[in-house]
Amino acid sequence: MLVSLNWLKNYVDISGISTEELAEKITKSGIEVDGIEYIAQETKGVVTGYVESCEKHPNADKLSLCQVDVGDEKLQIICGAPNVAKGQKVAVARPGAVLPGNFRIKKVKLRGVESNGMICSLQELGTDDKYIPKGMEDGIYVFPDDVKVGENVEPLLNLDDAVLEFDLTPNRADALSMIGVAYEVAAILDKPIQLPEAEVNTLDEDANDHVKVEVEAPDLTPYYAAFLIKDLEIKPSPLWMSNYLMAAGIRPINNVVDITNYVLLEYGQPLHAFDYDRLHSDKIVVRRARDGEKIVTLDEQERVLTEENLVITNGKESVALAGVMGGFETEVHDGTTAVLLEAALFSPAAVRRTVKQTGLRSESSTRFEKGIDPARVKEAGLRACQLFQKYANGKVYAGAAEFDELDKSEKTVKMNTSQINRRLGTEISAEDIVQILNKLRFHFDRDGDYFTVYAPTRRQDITIFEDMLEEVARIYGYDHLPFTLPDGTPQAGTLTEFQLLKRKVKSYLQGAGLMETITYSLTDEKKIKRLISPEVNEENITPVQLAKPMSEDHKYLRLSLLPELLSIVSYNQARNQNDVAYYELGSIFVSEEETLTHQPEERLRLSGVLSGEWLAHPWQQESKEVDFYVVKGLMEGLFDHLGIQIEFKQVKLDDMHPGRSAALKVHNRTIGFIGQLHPLLQKDMDLKDTYLFDVNLDTVLKIVDRDPEYGQIPKYPSIIRDVAFILDQDVLAGNVKETIEEVGSPLVTQVQVFDVYEGNNIESGKKSIAYSLLYQHPEKTLKDEEVEASFSEIIETVKNKYHAHVRS
Amino acid sequence: MKEQLKTIQKDALEEISNAEDMKELQAIKVAFLGKKGSLTQVLRGMGKLSKEERPVIGELANQVREGITAALEEKTTSLEKLEMEQQLQNEAIDITLPGRPVKVGGPHLLTQIIEEIEDLFIGMGYEVREGPEVETDYFNFEALNLPKGHPARDMQDTFYITNELLMRTHTSPVQARTMQEYQGIKPVKMICPGKVYRRDTDDATHSHQFTQIEGLYVDKNVRMSDLKGTLNTFAKKTFGEDREIRLRPSYFPFTEPSVEMDISCKVCRGEGCSVCKETGWIEILGGGMVHPNVLSMAGYDPDVYTGFAFGMGPDRIAMLKYGVEDIRHFYTNDIRFLKQFHQA
Repeated sequence: MLVSLNWLKNYVDISGISTEELAEKITKSGIEVDGIEYIAQETKGVVTGYVESCEKHPNADKLSLCQVDVGDEKLQIICGAPNVAKGQKVAVARPGAVLPGNFRIKKVKLRGVESNGMICSLQELGTDDKYIPKGMEDGIYVFPDDVKVGENVEPLLNLDDAVLEFDLTPNRADALSMIGVAYEVAAILDKPIQLPEAEVNTLDEDANDHVKVEVEAPDLTPYYAAFLIKDLEIKPSPLWMSNYLMAAGIRPINNVVDITNYVLLEYGQPLHAFDYDRLHSDKIVVRRARDGEKIVTLDEQERVLTEENLVITNGKESVALAGVMGGFETEVHDGTTAVLLEAALFSPAAVRRTVKQTGLRSESSTRFEKGIDPARVKEAGLRACQLFQKYANGKVYAGAAEFDELDKSEKTVKMNTSQINRRLGTEISAEDIVQILNKLRFHFDRDGDYFTVYAPTRRQDITIFEDMLEEVARIYGYDHLPFTLPDGTPQAGTLTEFQLLKRKVKSYLQGAGLMETITYSLTDEKKIKRLISPEVNEENITPVQLAKPMSEDHKYLRLSLLPELLSIVSYNQARNQNDVAYYELGSIFVSEEETLTHQPEERLRLSGVLSGEWLAHPWQQESKEVDFYVVKGLMEGLFDHLGIQIEFKQVKLDDMHPGRSAALKVHNRTIGFIGQLHPLLQKDMDLKDTYLFDVNLDTVLKIVDRDPEYGQIPKYPSIIRDVAFILDQDVLAGNVKETIEEVGSPLVTQVQVFDVYEGNNIESGKKSIAYSLLYQHPEKTLKDEEVEASFSEIIETVKNKYHAHVRS
Repeated sequence: MKEQLKTIQKDALEEISNAEDMKELQAIKVAFLGKKGSLTQVLRGMGKLSKEERPVIGELANQVREGITAALEEKTTSLEKLEMEQQLQNEAIDITLPGRPVKVGGPHLLTQIIEEIEDLFIGMGYEVREGPEVETDYFNFEALNLPKGHPARDMQDTFYITNELLMRTHTSPVQARTMQEYQGIKPVKMICPGKVYRRDTDDATHSHQFTQIEGLYVDKNVRMSDLKGTLNTFAKKTFGEDREIRLRPSYFPFTEPSVEMDISCKVCRGEGCSVCKETGWIEILGGGMVHPNVLSMAGYDPDVYTGFAFGMGPDRIAMLKYGVEDIRHFYTNDIRFLKQFHQA
């Protein structure tokens, strides 16, 4: 809503307060002023002038040589506008005048002829193109004839106005009208308010003798009035009205259309003027549209309607989309002499449905959707009739053809002083409350501390005690509320076990060198299928899809965090940021339903991507690229940290390197996977060797062992025995290790691989793996013989089981 | 013999004093005190001495030996010291060369902001609650006093999945769920951080996905001044003790009265500057007193229980705090962006 302060001054006294201060006060009382626009504060020295003569410039075809009377002198001015003509009253910037943009007017010679000033267009005086009155878009501005010569144009053209831009919340529909704004400002400044009086001298003839109103959808149209005006003269509106409309962001068209718009803004009541002759009917029928019914609206678009739409008809065909837009056929035109003026109340729901379905939104529909004041519908119609009479020479028929089932009652709200203070934490007196209600101009009954408030119909948003509480608080001033802390039940604030574990996992990964990321949960058709963990993929899942996505990029709810993470690696590597180690904690959305009937299961996953260098110390020639074992080490460390036994099982997965991938298993249940991205995909995405991990954190955090068992530090010495086996290439180090642990138990307490070798001295197809075995007994010093016996047994078993021999 | 011994002592002490390294010193030790050393040789001749001379010469010989031994020890110590100094000098390195880098990761900036706020409210006795990102229309809207067709639904353009399921547009449904779980009898003190989604085109100030933290306090006799005090505590802890807050009336369907909170601009201290659009204030969050419809739908008697709620955007807070100019940075995850917030 754009609020012209010059317009507002007609209803409430705002002198003695600066525009900025007023804006600040309005903002602090609940309506945010988003900006202040000064129409053309900079314009100085522009006066009205009379074009006494206008001839062709001797040396230029497109220029005119004008003699202009500006009151105290006559000026020769060269003008380039096509519409300049003898006999016009125009805006003249004299030499020394200043136009917006600090543009100073000087005497100049144009093609050898002197020009002492400039005849201005509205654009040159600072008006936005889109508000220029019809017919003056491409040339100078021409005043109505009754303007005096030699007057300052600033007040005439409202150039001294300031416009407040309101960012209205949906509840404050009352401030969608100048009168509503006047009530608000009057309350804030504690000033009286002056309202227009809609008095009309009507003909004796009654509108009811010429038109009937039938409402077939009373649930959607509680009120409809049709006024009738004849002998209208279509012409431009008076200057003041055009000025106000332009300041409010509406382009002046002609007096009849402008008057309906003016009253719309003044009263917040949408009106519509039908060309009475083109209605070809003596009745108005309001009904639901028929499926497939068509109407061409004012914007010359044909609209196909459904039963959802409410229409105004002439008894046969529809002539307007109720509350949204009029029809093209019955539009007011230059030859219009009689109009049927509609002042109605359509239900917000009905208008909303039409807006949604047609995509049409107008100043009218906005107001109907938010709710208009039922007490002012008819009054607004009368106000328009008054203006038709005054500014269009219209003759107004007595009365109006009406349908009236309107509820104009005021809602009552009961409240008392102690209740208000208890809720606000204040000590406001009953007298203060009386003052506040008076400022708001709300009627009330008072019995000591007890109030019954009658919420005015313009404030449809006030229905319950809490609404009044806000009214009292905002006029009292939120600034005056004290600062307190609740003195209710004390309670210990803690994170849950699950939340603590999440933080523990994050701090482990960050300590290990990984950077946390947050990526989008919505992904595209290609990514949705990629890198889904094997245990998720086994389920019969259907990706969840948005009904109306904004773009193809964000259409599906992700089933893995990895595709988006890989895109980030690719983004960084494309910018020469090659070394990345990222992790993310986020949900995937799992559902088996084709059409969703309940929420998908959201599973928390921990995923990571690593690429490029892992460790480096360049001047010592040390560099370590990320490899499988870096990622495996990270996972081993993590699960150790969480007290969970984890196993790695070789696995083949789509999009993963077939020889460098492993499923993560806990108690034989797959909970995720690690490995290298398939080289083809790497190439596809222009990635360096990239490794990743993906874990179902929900499952993991449920089996965490947060209760470490204490064991005494061994008192007795341990013995270390090393052995290297020559093994076939395909024998897995982990299997041999398991065998050693099995046979060596319980004396062998730890087995470590400390060397893997193939090449010189090892026959091809074989490899050497060296193990270090730690012997330890908790209660005694082990004897050499005991160790020797166990060690031999281990060696024999490994030899037999894996066709191995000991490397000497 | 006396003369001999004295000569030996003199020679030995002189040689010891001149010795330049341990090797030389060792040779001197052998030359005088060794099995074939000169002192040993002299002592072998003791047998030829008379009974009277023997103790005298014997004592002298011992003195000579002790003297030499002491000198040797002393010289050893000083030579070792010298050698150590030498070694240390040789071992000196260029300490200006760079050290071995430690691989350090870090939390995302939004996580830092969220956890900081979580910890602040935990300290005030709040619990942290989480909820699903795909919500029902009921919990996202209806339970929050936004029935179907409510005009305020337009304030939050929504990604629907079906007519009844949607991407949550705020974390408020977690509040509704928690109240319902507490069955209208337990006081509620909670905050709920999380991801939310809106049907917006991504640009410098809009993102179709962003984060939110909301808070809810429901108990008997909760006042609007309690909201003001709580938000003031939050603002001062988060933005600095020298910042002021102001509340303005606003509108949210789930609160009445509703507020919007501004904090004084850090740059101009309320004077007005380009950062705060000349107002002196910067909008931080919205809140208000829980609407009685929301309370009763969740099973709380609005005549007995009252409460306040508030909600804010960590993305916006991070942008204001660090002057981040484009919200998309949070989701692009450029390593050069993320790395800058280690110290935060």
